[in-house]
Amino acid sequence: MNRRSTTRLVTFAAATGLAVASLTGCAGGGGDEGGDGEVTLTWWHNGTTGPLPEVWEEVATEFEEAHPGVTVEQTGYQNEDLQRTLIPNALAAGDPPDLFQVWPGGELRDQVENGYLMPLDDVIPDTIDSVGATVNPWQVEGATYGIPFTFGIEGFWYNTDLFEEAGIDSPPTTLDELIDDVGALRDAGITPIAVGAGDKWPAAHWWYQFALHSCSPESLQAAETEFDFSDDCWVEAGEQLEEFLGIDPFQEGFLGTPAQQGAGSSAGLVANGQAAMELMGHWNAGVIGGLTPDQQVPEFLGWFPFPGIEGAAGDPTAALGGGDGFACSAEAPPECAELLEYIMSEDVQAKFAASGAGIPTVPAATSSLEDPNLTLVAEGLAASSFVQLWLDTAFGTTVGNAMNDGIVNLFGGSGTPDEIVTKMQDAAATL
Amino acid sequence: MTATLQPAGPATAAGPAPTPGRRRPRSSAARQRIEIVLLVGPALILFLGFVILPVILAAVYSLYNLPPAFRWEQLAEPDRFVGLANYQRAFDSPEFVRAIGNNFLILFASLLIQGPLAIGIALLLNRPLRGRTALRLLIFVPYVLAEVIAGLAWKLLLQPEGGVNAMLESLGLGFLQQNWLADPSIALWTLFWILTWKYLGFAIILMLAGLQGVPEELAEAAAIDGASWWQIQRHITIPLLGPTIRIWAFLSMIGALQLFDMVWVTVAPTVRGMATETMATYMVQQGQFAGQPGYGSAIAVILFFISLAVALIYQRLALRRDLAGAVTRGVR
Repeated sequence: MNRRSTTRLVTFAAATGLAVASLTGCAGGGGDEGGDGEVTLTWWHNGTTGPLPEVWEEVATEFEEAHPGVTVEQTGYQNEDLQRTLIPNALAAGDPPDLFQVWPGGELRDQVENGYLMPLDDVIPDTIDSVGATVNPWQVEGATYGIPFTFGIEGFWYNTDLFEEAGIDSPPTTLDELIDDVGALRDAGITPIAVGAGDKWPAAHWWYQFALHSCSPESLQAAETEFDFSDDCWVEAGEQLEEFLGIDPFQEGFLGTPAQQGAGSSAGLVANGQAAMELMGHWNAGVIGGLTPDQQVPEFLGWFPFPGIEGAAGDPTAALGGGDGFACSAEAPPECAELLEYIMSEDVQAKFAASGAGIPTVPAATSSLEDPNLTLVAEGLAASSFVQLWLDTAFGTTVGNAMNDGIVNLFGGSGTPDEIVTKMQDAAATL
Repeated sequence: MTATLQPAGPATAAGPAPTPGRRRPRSSAARQRIEIVLLVGPALILFLGFVILPVILAAVYSLYNLPPAFRWEQLAEPDRFVGLANYQRAFDSPEFVRAIGNNFLILFASLLIQGPLAIGIALLLNRPLRGRTALRLLIFVPYVLAEVIAGLAWKLLLQPEGGVNAMLESLGLGFLQQNWLADPSIALWTLFWILTWKYLGFAIILMLAGLQGVPEELAEAAAIDGASWWQIQRHITIPLLGPTIRIWAFLSMIGALQLFDMVWVTVAPTVRGMATETMATYMVQQGQFAGQPGYGSAIAVILFFISLAVALIYQRLALRRDLAGAVTRGVR
């Protein structure tokens, strides 16, 4: 083949390629609404286990029945896949689902900045009001872009039987008491605390708790809005954690332990009576229930909030927590907001609470909670003076990841309290 | 875009329309051209669109500081273009430098440990032996297993309460028990063991195939001359196995540099970050999970150039004779 025909061939191929690309580009978008008023809503959520998938399925069906011509295609995906891969890719590709889960803090800010989300204040103001201040993390500069359907705080999920066996009468209310209890459990031959440090974030939550109790609300605010970590409390948090690690409170080989998968995970160790407690978010009852042989939440499971630290600068009644919220994509049809309104209605929230899937955000629905531990968490939430969002969520993916990496290095004995702060500052500098 | 298509499309399409008189040569040439376009075109478009274009895009992205789920327009925003800062950051990062180190450690360990092991076993299996076929089959089984399945199986076996520690206990070797995959000081060697288990079979099969090409007459002649079995292997078989060994080493090196899935599946993220990160896992961790597509792309480009450099150097030094004619002739 001579050179000219080769050139021509390449030109032809390139032209065809460009044509194909532009064709697919044209075909994308604007596909939601048919000509005859038929609307299809796609809805991505993280309900894959426990009672949640069934709840969302019913909600979709009920909404379809009440709105003829509307089809709701709801799909549940594994939480981290949804958050880290599926939604970012769908957004970047310009073909997002209509209604989808959004994570507050840094991620929400990025998405709003890119114009991916529908502002909701003028569309469903009553719904926004119904959840009160809980909606704050889903707001950017005063405008609401997402609404949480569940919100809870972190605390210890513990085995009441094992506590009794170790001679502990009541859950600890101060850090010193917790340290004593760890000793008592060790003496009784029981692994005191399970931590899924292999997944990074469960280990990081320990540091978050120490930071929350060491830093004043003003320092926390400065960190979240300006990435200002100059307050000494951020280093102190690491020092406290280092000291706590020194009493050997965790199970053997915790650096390789996953949080939620299988009997060997930290939740599995608690579920099967091989560890006495685990510091974990409000969703943990469901996870533990899924890891027992009979798939039931064990009788022995109890809950207590993270104890206060004597003499620390932080607010002792502050809690660490987070929630799951939904948002509509900027190009979604108006029915999307209606579906969100329905999801947030008292009926659905009560159904959600009764199913034991989590703690509802509409206060009137809280009375429908049946699970005694979720009731405890809800009471703990109500008693908290303020709730700090999970720090990795609050700081956004980049700083959050650097922070978690620094914390697990401390867990592994290869990092220092100062390094955690340095890593966060370095990561913030790249933004 | 449509404008580009217009002239190119019809020009090629109009090709076959014959001018009377010079009908035959033109039409056969045009026909040949259409055939080539039809046959090569689709594959070429796929290759350009899904291989070459992403490579170029990665190189472009690596010069930008981009948020996760970025839009095209953001490339034009001020402050987004950072030049080589992502590369600077990569080489300044102790994590990434350690990841490169891990890749090369696995590379050299593979060559120095797996290579001699595979040659030895292949020489043994090449002798008349009862149940030889069954043995060969068994040795090849790990390679046939899917990477993720093999990884998960080993992950379960190597748990603190898993099969390996239980076996050591029952053999009275309890003092050898380890947190195989959870202890950062040994996790890399545990990983290397799993890799050896998985890929040794492939090396052995490759060597066995190479041994089939070594003429038996040479060994017989040497035996008549009084050479021992060892001398025959040392001076005849292994030198003649050279091309196979060199090709295997090449495949092994590329595999070690690109190593991703076995690490991702078997080692928990925390331990991975401390001890067994490779360039590829670091790339996915930073580009995807830490939400820095620009930085991740820079890592991808570095990985590409390191692999390319290793491949070229190796080709120059070792593969030159083996590949003479096979690769070079078509190009020149």
